[in-house]
Amino acid sequence: MTFPIEITVNGKSYETEVDPRTLLVHFLREDCQLTGTHVGCDTSNCGACTVLLNGEAVKSCTVLTVQATNQEVQTVEGLAPPDGPYTPIQEGFRQEHGLQCGYCTPGMLMAGTALLSEINNPTEEQIREHLEGNLCRCTGYEMIVRSIQWAAENPDGMPVEIGEGS
Amino acid sequence: MIPAKFDYKPASSAEEAIALLTEYGDEAKIIAGGHSLLPLMKLRLANPEVLIDIGGINDLSFIEDKGDHIAVGALTRHRLVEQSDLLKQHIPLLAHTAGHVGDPQVRNRGTIGGSLCHGDPASDLPAVVLATRATLLIAGPNGERKVEADDFFTDFWETAVAEDELLMEIQFPKFTGQEWSFQKFNRRAQDWAIVGCALQHSDNPGIGMINMGTTPVRASAAEAALRSGETNSDVADLADDGLSPPSDIHGQEDYRRHLSKVLLGRALDNS
Repeated sequence: MTFPIEITVNGKSYETEVDPRTLLVHFLREDCQLTGTHVGCDTSNCGACTVLLNGEAVKSCTVLTVQATNQEVQTVEGLAPPDGPYTPIQEGFRQEHGLQCGYCTPGMLMAGTALLSEINNPTEEQIREHLEGNLCRCTGYEMIVRSIQWAAENPDGMPVEIGEGS
Repeated sequence: MIPAKFDYKPASSAEEAIALLTEYGDEAKIIAGGHSLLPLMKLRLANPEVLIDIGGINDLSFIEDKGDHIAVGALTRHRLVEQSDLLKQHIPLLAHTAGHVGDPQVRNRGTIGGSLCHGDPASDLPAVVLATRATLLIAGPNGERKVEADDFFTDFWETAVAEDELLMEIQFPKFTGQEWSFQKFNRRAQDWAIVGCALQHSDNPGIGMINMGTTPVRASAAEAALRSGETNSDVADLADDGLSPPSDIHGQEDYRRHLSKVLLGRALDNS
């Protein structure tokens, strides 16, 4: 049995029907084809599946798609437009080498985006506290924290186009 | 992991949720934020045939000053509890502890009512409900009733909320003193407490213990010692008195007994 839903993802409206047990992360990856959001632990520990639901960071492996109906979701694909530029937090990860294997990165970017929308100049301690729900198994936390600090210090990002390099 | 199949019934009011509960009985479960229930459903530890979603009932999300107490709606998310100026002022132990539940993403979704109805002895907020001597307002087909914190947690993952009832709000008596403390011992930032304790120190002190039994429990012996003016270390020595902490992968019973005394000692020294 399916249930009708209407969800806005990265500004695009999806009106469809889903099996009520469909987790939001699977809807995003399989129905919307937005595979930037990763499934990590699948037990709401690791935060790789973090997306914004009405602007708040949530773990999409622990939200039913039907719970998000009539609401707005933003995934990592919704950060920078296709022709750039990167958002400050994305640019921060580039400038400060905020990723190693990259698996946790979409979740880190979304958790960091939520943090900076709430506190535009966080202390290192606040950054670390806000990333409590995101694990990096490369243990690259130092550079992730620095990347978010870079974004806080450069709220206008960098005036370069994606692909141009620098 | 994907939960087993279920029928999904969103409720637009508490009355509708109770009517659905009455119709489906023990086949149904209420879902609010889903951060206790969905993990259980993914592991097949819970297999409801009907899921009644109360997430859209905005009337159940509130924090209101009612004179002698603060009423917190069951659907109020941890984040709102954590950030509430009213709670920081009148029940600081609750606001502080809500900020230690899970991690930011969990606190954005999880609700106070959902956490309490889950009845997990390892959860943080039940200890606060015990320490603050809160009253829980429950609604069912025959109207509303009040249950005291001591009567709410009935067994492992079991509460006083019957299968056709809904937790509506939690009433926290205003705390007038300054002395309170929340202590949680875990090995990683977002983990459940191996042991924890919530303390409100007043004429009638309250001490709720985390993970020290099959239900959230009160440290009654320590409370009595505190009331009669014994020293902090003597009170802390009674933290586990009469309690039966579990042994599991995170710690053996004797380790938990030790931790409970250390943590209550810290709570008393910090409060």
